[in-house]
Formats: sequence, structure tokens, C-alpha cells
Amino acid sequence: MDRSRNASLTSDETTAGPGVTVSIAVEARNAVKAFGQGEAAVRALDDVSVQIRQGEFFTLLGPSGCGKTTLLRLIAGFETPTSGQILLDGKDITADPPNRRPVNTVFQSYALFPHLTVAQNVGFGLQMQGRPRAEVADRAAKMLTLVRLDHLAQRKTSQLSGGQQQRVALARALAPQPKVLLLDEPLSALDLKLRKEMQIELKRLQHETGITFVFVTHDQEEALTMSDRIGVMSAGKILQVGSPRDIYTRPANRFVASFIGETNFLPGFYAHGQVALAGGHVPVAAGTKEGSTVTLAVRPEQVRLVAADAPGSLPATVRDLVYFGTDTHCHMALSDGSEVVARLQSSVSGEAGLEPGARVGLVFTEGAAQVLED
Amino acid sequence: MATRAFAATTIPGFAIVAGIAFFALYAPILTLVAYSFNDSNAISQWGGFSLRWYEAAWANTAVQEATLRSLTIACSASAIATVCATMAALGTTRRGAFRGQTFIYVMINQPLMVPEIVTAVALLIVFASVKVATGYNGLMYLIIAHAAFCIPFAYLPIRARLEGMDLSLETAAADLYANPWQTFRHVTLPLMGPGIIAGAMLAFVISLDDVVITEFVKSAGQDTLPTYMLGQLRRAITPEVNAISSALLALTVLLLTAFFLLTRKRD
Repeated sequence: MDRSRNASLTSDETTAGPGVTVSIAVEARNAVKAFGQGEAAVRALDDVSVQIRQGEFFTLLGPSGCGKTTLLRLIAGFETPTSGQILLDGKDITADPPNRRPVNTVFQSYALFPHLTVAQNVGFGLQMQGRPRAEVADRAAKMLTLVRLDHLAQRKTSQLSGGQQQRVALARALAPQPKVLLLDEPLSALDLKLRKEMQIELKRLQHETGITFVFVTHDQEEALTMSDRIGVMSAGKILQVGSPRDIYTRPANRFVASFIGETNFLPGFYAHGQVALAGGHVPVAAGTKEGSTVTLAVRPEQVRLVAADAPGSLPATVRDLVYFGTDTHCHMALSDGSEVVARLQSSVSGEAGLEPGARVGLVFTEGAAQVLED
Repeated sequence: MATRAFAATTIPGFAIVAGIAFFALYAPILTLVAYSFNDSNAISQWGGFSLRWYEAAWANTAVQEATLRSLTIACSASAIATVCATMAALGTTRRGAFRGQTFIYVMINQPLMVPEIVTAVALLIVFASVKVATGYNGLMYLIIAHAAFCIPFAYLPIRARLEGMDLSLETAAADLYANPWQTFRHVTLPLMGPGIIAGAMLAFVISLDDVVITEFVKSAGQDTLPTYMLGQLRRAITPEVNAISSALLALTVLLLTAFFLLTRKRD
């Protein structure tokens, strides 16, 4: 774990821990991709630099139009960057066409060849590389066993279900043993149950093959559960790179905090190691400029309710309670009217006898409140 | 109340109009086919069943030569037209919208829009001077002329096929180490194959059937089957023409059926 807060912003670090160096599988250096000409040009990627480590499951997470698919297409070679470089194993591959890059893609639409059988689809990459026929057939059979579709090898792809097509696409991309596997929102066309199954399947495949996976998604839950590291993107930039835990507990800025999970944003004023809010002070980690206006970010599950006059608590009034089964969301207002949501276990909130209008005290879990300068 | 779509079949008399239309379309053809088996010398008097006019046509050297010439021209012209149309279709569909796109489409499909007689006269004048200049009088003139007007007929089904093709398939092939030629050979060509075959057959039928341009372009002694039949009509009409027509019809129906089977969507 890297311990430096926000150091991962530019993802300079190449150490997985003290003294341990990991090799970089793919790197983008100052990659810019502009579509259109002159003033109408849109920067789909705006000076993006990122290093993806050997053997990791790396997720590019962001809303649609943030540039994550463009970055993937630059790595695959389907697009050339307007400026900047793409490196694979430290070698500049920016000018190489897709067929010369040891990188394979699982397409969102699967893009299986309809005129070929399942086995021919899976063997396609090896066949194009000019491998002997026997080796192609053998490897295709092995890959189909890996994705548990060996019994469908002679079918046409149109006869398969969505989940099966997905597996064929995976097997086809893995068969040539690429250095990096790129996955462009591969699960978005599947229904929820199948998606969960495929998430586990993908993790298993990544584990068994040891290949570096670069996964693109807009689904924050998918990103959190599957990734070793996540790069959060917005408007053509990478905002933060880090482990799911890093990103969730120490978001670098307001966008990351709001895009991943739910967050309370409270305006305040930083001075002497604490943030002054309506009705009290919250101690925070040092490092912010003395006397600046800041936003305090707190996750709903890190807000605790105490007695109204408990020392060190912020006074608040309950506005509404929303029942979610295991959890209950308690919407409250501070004395200046700013809203705070607390996620409480339903059994607890039931016993506490909370109701709209009740006066309570708020306490944040120690160290949980993050200062965002925006 | 739910709104119902307009249904032409509910108009009073729809079935009658449809019946008349089909009758007008097919009755003459059926008569033609029936009278090709006529034993009589007269074209509209039934004299009993016989295959004698088929035998007569088969034995007629003029018919044999015209048939051979027609097939030579149709095969050559449709092959040339299909190659050109395939390249044109690749050139116009494998890219984004471009300036002058509609203009290019119109240019390619020119033979569909310009009256055939105009093209025929134009070709007559051009080829006449070429003939004088080169001294060559062979079948090439007819083949070139046929290829030209067959191109749009080959182009349209090929383009339709290409437009329905998922572009990401070619991207996927490139991703899987196929160079541009391998991508074309292993992905694009097999997928557009049915379109190419359909286009070629359509071009073949159109060429086989042509009278106007052929009549103007051909040199002496270069009768194709349709122009030979036209020539026969000017003299004595015998049921031999019926027999030849019926044979042509059979060939066309066969090709068009194959065309239909190849282009219809397969599940």
C-alpha cells in the first residue's frame, strides 16, 4: 500500500511497497487525443499520464464521455494520439498498428466473427500470427476449456447466448497470450445476475493467466469489487489513481468523492488543524493552507448520532428517515441548514426512537472526514 | 380506443385490383411459355404439344452463335462490373461521410438515371471513331458497354451488404494480429460474399437481357440472343422465338431465385 496521500494523483510511483519495485506493463505519457479541427476540436483525452503495473487488474472508471474508452483505444492502437506516447514494457508503440501490438481487446459488442465457428473465432489471432494449424486448434480448445465452453466449439456464434458470446470474446482475446488484455465495458450488455457471475469469472481468469487487465467501466461498484487499482477519469483527465480502498476513503477531490459512493459535502473554514463548521469544529489531518475555505467530505456510514448536547458533537435536526432494509438513511440539517446524511443500521435507529424534528448531536469517525480544496 | 394502422387490404375491391394486376403481369408470360410447346407454325394457333421449336432453336447455328456470344458477353461484363462495383462499394462505405458523397453515388449509378437510348447513341458515336482509329472490331466494345451499365446493378446489393456489416469486426481482426490484407481476406470478403454473388448474378441477367445498347454498339455479325430475336421478328415470326424466350426465362428465374436465397436474412 502506498501511504502517501494523493501522491497517486499523477501515478508517479512505481513501488508496491517499501523497496519493492514492480514493472510497468503499459504507460501513457502526456497522451492527448483531440477530435475535430481548430476551435471546434474536443479534447477527449487531455494530457493523460498513467502507469499500469505488470499483472494487475486496473480499472478506468468514469462517466460516459470521460475519455476512458479513448484511452483504451489508444493502447489498442485503434486511434493514434494527437500528441504524447503509449509505451508497452517500456517500448514506445505509439506508431505501431493494432496488429503489431501484443495487446488484445474484448469489445463491448463482442465483435465475434459471424461466419466462423466458436473454435475458429478463438483461434483467429493465432492463425493470423501464422502458427501451425495443430497448435491453433490445440490452444483454441484449451482456451474454450478455460471459459467452460469446450462443448460448444463447433457452433456458430449466433447460436450462443449473450453470456456465452462474452466468454468466447474473452477466450479469443486471451488465446494469443497478450501482454495486456483490454476490456471495454464488457459486462454492460449482460443482466445483473450474469454480470455478477462474469465479474467473478473475470477475476478468476486474470488470476489464472496472470495477464495485465485494463478494464473500462462506468459502474463504480464493479470497479471497487474487481480492481487492484482504479484510475478515476473525468472530462479527459485522470483525477486519481489508487487502490479501491484509497479511492473510497481518501478521494482526491470532490468529483471522485461524489462519483464513488455517497458523500456529505460540508462547507467550512480551515484553521489550526480543524475545520470550523456550522455549530462546531472537526479536527482533521494537517496539511491544508491555514485560513482557507474548504469542503469537508464525510461518508454517510462515518457519521454517528449522539445525544444532542454531547461534548464535541455538531448540533443537528432530523429531517427525514429513509428505510433501506438493513440500513436506514437519516437526513439531518446543521444549524446553517446544510444537509448531512447518516447511514445507520436499521435495528439501532429503530431503538433510538428517531423521528423527524428530533434534535441530535453528530460525530464523525475519527480520521474519516476528508478536507477537499476546490 | 386503440388506433389501427392503415391497412390497404381492407379497401373494397383490393383483391380484385390485385388479381387483375397479377393477371396482367403473368398471363402473357404463361401464354408465351405455353405456345413454345406449340406444334403449329403459326404463333397464335394451337396445333398440339411438341418440342419441335426447342429442337429447331437448338439446331439453328445462328441461335447457337448468338447464345454463345450472349453468354460470353454476360460472363465477361458481369465479372468486370462486379470487380468495379466491389471496389466502389468498399470505397464508399468503409469510411465516414465525406464531401461529395451523394455526387459520387449519382456518378456510380448513372446508368440507372440516364435514358438507355442516350447512352446507346453516345456509345455508337464514340466506338465508331475508336473502330476507325484502331481497326479493332471484336466483342470488347460490347463487353465494355455492358460492364458499364451493369455496374450499378452489382453495386447496390454489395453496398447494402457492406452497410449492414459491423465495422468493429474489422477492428477486432486487426486487434487479433491480422494485417490489412488478412483482414480483407478472412473477414471482409467472406462477409460480403453473398452480396458480391448477388450483384454478379444481377449484372449477368441484366447483360443477358439487353437490347438497346447492344443494337447500337454491335458490329455486323455480332447478334446476341435478344438482338437475334428482334431481327427474327422483322421477318417471319415462328414459335422458335417463344422457345428461346422460354429458355431465357427459365435461366433468369433460376438466377433470381438463387439471388433471393443468397440475399435474404439468415437467422
